[in-house]
Amino acid sequence: MAQAVGKRVLPGFGLSVGYTLVYLSLIVLIPLSAVFISAASMQWNEFWQVVSSPQVVSSYRVSFLTSLLAALINSLFGLLIAWSLVRYNFFGKRLVDALIDLPFALPTAVAGITLSALYAKNGWIGSLFAPFGIKIAFTPLGILIALIFIGLPFVVRTIQPVLQELSLEFEEAAATLGATRWQAFSRVVLPALLPAMLTGFALAFARAVGEYGSVIFIAGNVPMVSEITPLLIITRLEQFDVAGATAIATVMLVVSFSLLLIINGLQHWAGSRKRYLTGGDFA
Amino acid sequence: MSGMVGGIQAYRGSEVYELSPATREPQWARLTILGLSLLFFAIFLLMPLLAVFVEALRKGWEVYWQAITNPDTGAAIRLTLLAAAIAIPLNVVFGVAAAWCISKFEFRGKQLLITLIDLPFSVSPVVAGLVYVLVFGAHGWLGEWLSEHNIKIIFAVPGIVLATIFVTFPFVARELIPLMQAQGTDAEEAAVSLGASGWQTFWRVTLPSIKWGLLYGVILCNARAMGEFGAVSVVSGHLRGQTTTLPLHVEILYNEYQFAAAFAVASLLALLALVTLGIKLFIEWRSA
Amino acid sequence: MSIQVKNINKRFSTFQALDDISLDFPTGKLVALLGPSGCGKTTLLRIIAGLETADSGQILLEGVDTSNLHVRERQIGFMFQHYALFQHMTVFENVAFGLRVKPKNERPAEVAIHQRVTELLELVQLGSLAKRYPSQLSGGQRQRIALARALAVNPRVLLLDEPFGALDAKVRKELRRWLRQLHDELHITSIFVTHDQEEALEVADEIVLMNKGKVEQIGSPLEVFRHPATPFAFNFLGTANRFEGKWVSDGVQVSNELLPLPPTQSAHANLVVGGEVIAFARPHDLQIETNVEASQGVRAKISRILAFGPTARVELSHATQAETYYEVDVPTLIVASLNLQEGQAVRLRPSQLQVFSAG
Repeated sequence: MAQAVGKRVLPGFGLSVGYTLVYLSLIVLIPLSAVFISAASMQWNEFWQVVSSPQVVSSYRVSFLTSLLAALINSLFGLLIAWSLVRYNFFGKRLVDALIDLPFALPTAVAGITLSALYAKNGWIGSLFAPFGIKIAFTPLGILIALIFIGLPFVVRTIQPVLQELSLEFEEAAATLGATRWQAFSRVVLPALLPAMLTGFALAFARAVGEYGSVIFIAGNVPMVSEITPLLIITRLEQFDVAGATAIATVMLVVSFSLLLIINGLQHWAGSRKRYLTGGDFA
Repeated sequence: MSGMVGGIQAYRGSEVYELSPATREPQWARLTILGLSLLFFAIFLLMPLLAVFVEALRKGWEVYWQAITNPDTGAAIRLTLLAAAIAIPLNVVFGVAAAWCISKFEFRGKQLLITLIDLPFSVSPVVAGLVYVLVFGAHGWLGEWLSEHNIKIIFAVPGIVLATIFVTFPFVARELIPLMQAQGTDAEEAAVSLGASGWQTFWRVTLPSIKWGLLYGVILCNARAMGEFGAVSVVSGHLRGQTTTLPLHVEILYNEYQFAAAFAVASLLALLALVTLGIKLFIEWRSA
Repeated sequence: MSIQVKNINKRFSTFQALDDISLDFPTGKLVALLGPSGCGKTTLLRIIAGLETADSGQILLEGVDTSNLHVRERQIGFMFQHYALFQHMTVFENVAFGLRVKPKNERPAEVAIHQRVTELLELVQLGSLAKRYPSQLSGGQRQRIALARALAVNPRVLLLDEPFGALDAKVRKELRRWLRQLHDELHITSIFVTHDQEEALEVADEIVLMNKGKVEQIGSPLEVFRHPATPFAFNFLGTANRFEGKWVSDGVQVSNELLPLPPTQSAHANLVVGGEVIAFARPHDLQIETNVEASQGVRAKISRILAFGPTARVELSHATQAETYYEVDVPTLIVASLNLQEGQAVRLRPSQLQVFSAG
């Protein structure tokens, strides 16, 4: 795959590309291919039975819906937070900006036990909802909370730089043409942010679908109600059902790869727009 | 401006938006947006962070101190450090090699290579653990050969190290690639034309110009390495004091209803997260 | 539609961008705000548009104070330096934008919008590009679309921020002429900002020359060019040879040489004999005297002769102060007849000299 184009002045091409490919293959490609090869050795019936069993299908639904909802909520609030960080001055802005990355840095298990403590019926937040009969921890609602926590920085960090570099001229032009602030936002700014928002949404969604550590502590893991798909892989493994685990993992990998392709496409789209939107010289 | 994507950037101040009535919201709109943002921030980020430390100290300093000086905790710390100490250098060497060939040379399939390097980010940590079970597990490809030679990888330390390498695989490379691509090849070509060897060029020209990006990648890699849960959980076997890393130790304590102890250990990881964010801020400040 | 600017002040922290500016822009004229970067011209334009707020002073449109009028209510057509075309909209939608965002009761019907946009695209001669996106247009085409978009809302005045700044040299020349013709058709009161004196001289009806937040001179292009009112104006508008010295009754004493005032010119009333002065002469207003022994004129040495066209440019340096340079335009025939050579010592005499008191 690595074929030279043109002549090279700098040394080290063979060594660096060779090492990269060998290491990539050993650590990532060969082990990942093990999933597909193992799955291919299963009978189709057997495979289909596992991945379409009611418990597994229910887990797809839980994972998919909570991830979707979490990514949507993050897109909305991520936009508000990015907007606040770029456009307003307020006390503690630097701290807020720095802590947005907390979910990247905080181990998921820590997030998991902390969120379940907060949202349990005697927790700081859970106790506010308990009197109304609303249970958050150990229900799908709890999964949603964990996935919002995990996904937020993806959305903020993809929108923020685009908003930061978006030329003010577009909003000014809209205003001179008679647009209200809301019209300028909805017809001019929002379309410009759309590729970044979709990218952030897709990144947050992709992360949420595969998330395990922060979810299992707060999910309650009730079969057919609050079991996520990654948990079923673990359950199968604990029952020494490697084939079952592999079948479910195959489905997850196919979903992950599709999302990766979509995200790459979105980033390409966003990148092709960026130069124009920053108002640079594009004549 | 630095080319580090999502990382280091020089920002224009918010004041410019205040100058023009065309980019200024009415006061009520501004207060609503800011209020909702900060409320969301407080509920979803600030409260969990505070809760870790409050829960950790709920039963007092003594219980806290006992939990973190417990021998099993010590063993977990050592294993966590070991896994990180192996994973980081390997991924640094890989990251530099990958960034070197991608940023300094043109070749076919480059875009595919960049995508493949990102693969581990898009794979669920649980699947990441599973792939090593399929290769090295009792019924895996190498399972028989390994048991004949009495080598244990799954449910042992090597499996934990491998899973850690997998999940932290892209961090250094993906920080360095855009940075080195933005820097181009002029400096290196100048060095070579002045008679420097390949290694001299790398050590004296390239490395000094990427050191902050490299450090950035290393601390992100380290945070994930020490904090990984899902992938490590699959291959660990949960042998207390032997194959438990800090996050797994937190899980064990939590499942045994030793909440204060679980949060005490968790608070160490939360501190690590804060240090990571602190260093990240420092790097951004230094290279801005 | 007249625009009056009254006592406008604007300060950015420690920097005085506009210092008590008062101006009258006559109805139907195309006026250039000319000046070096940082002179405050763009700030003034943005304040007139309502994109920025002055610290004090008033902007009157048709005699009505606009202080409390939001930018979107001013009905001003503004063309941005990089045009700010909305990239996710077609050319058609860009031009239609101003019509579509009108309040419901003022918004034209779809048919009327279509007709108006088509009309405007015809006006800027780009009717065939309606369905394109801005990224598919050339720089010059973008500029025209930006102008059509600004015109769509029937602006009372047209403000253009460096309208040719983002274009390459060849397109720039063409579009200057086009903009001038368009203005002659439409007669909308227009102000454009530029740092390019040639552009201002060529396009505008009137030039407002600005420097450091103040107005240096106002006048027709010919007036400003022929009779610069200040040393800054002289220097900014075209090449100038500069002489520093003392005013004597019949000229300027430059160190120990006399730069004579041409007999056709009479001295300024405000000059004091013995006072420090700065004198300027355009390259074509200096004459080369080959007789070094002549009693008048500044002594100089020819360093280079560039004789490509009918007019030759002669570069000289002062005979004793080698750091002082002069440029003289001489008909190429005269270079030959005087037999000028590089390295030759000569004297320079002005046929036209502008003298300003220094201080």
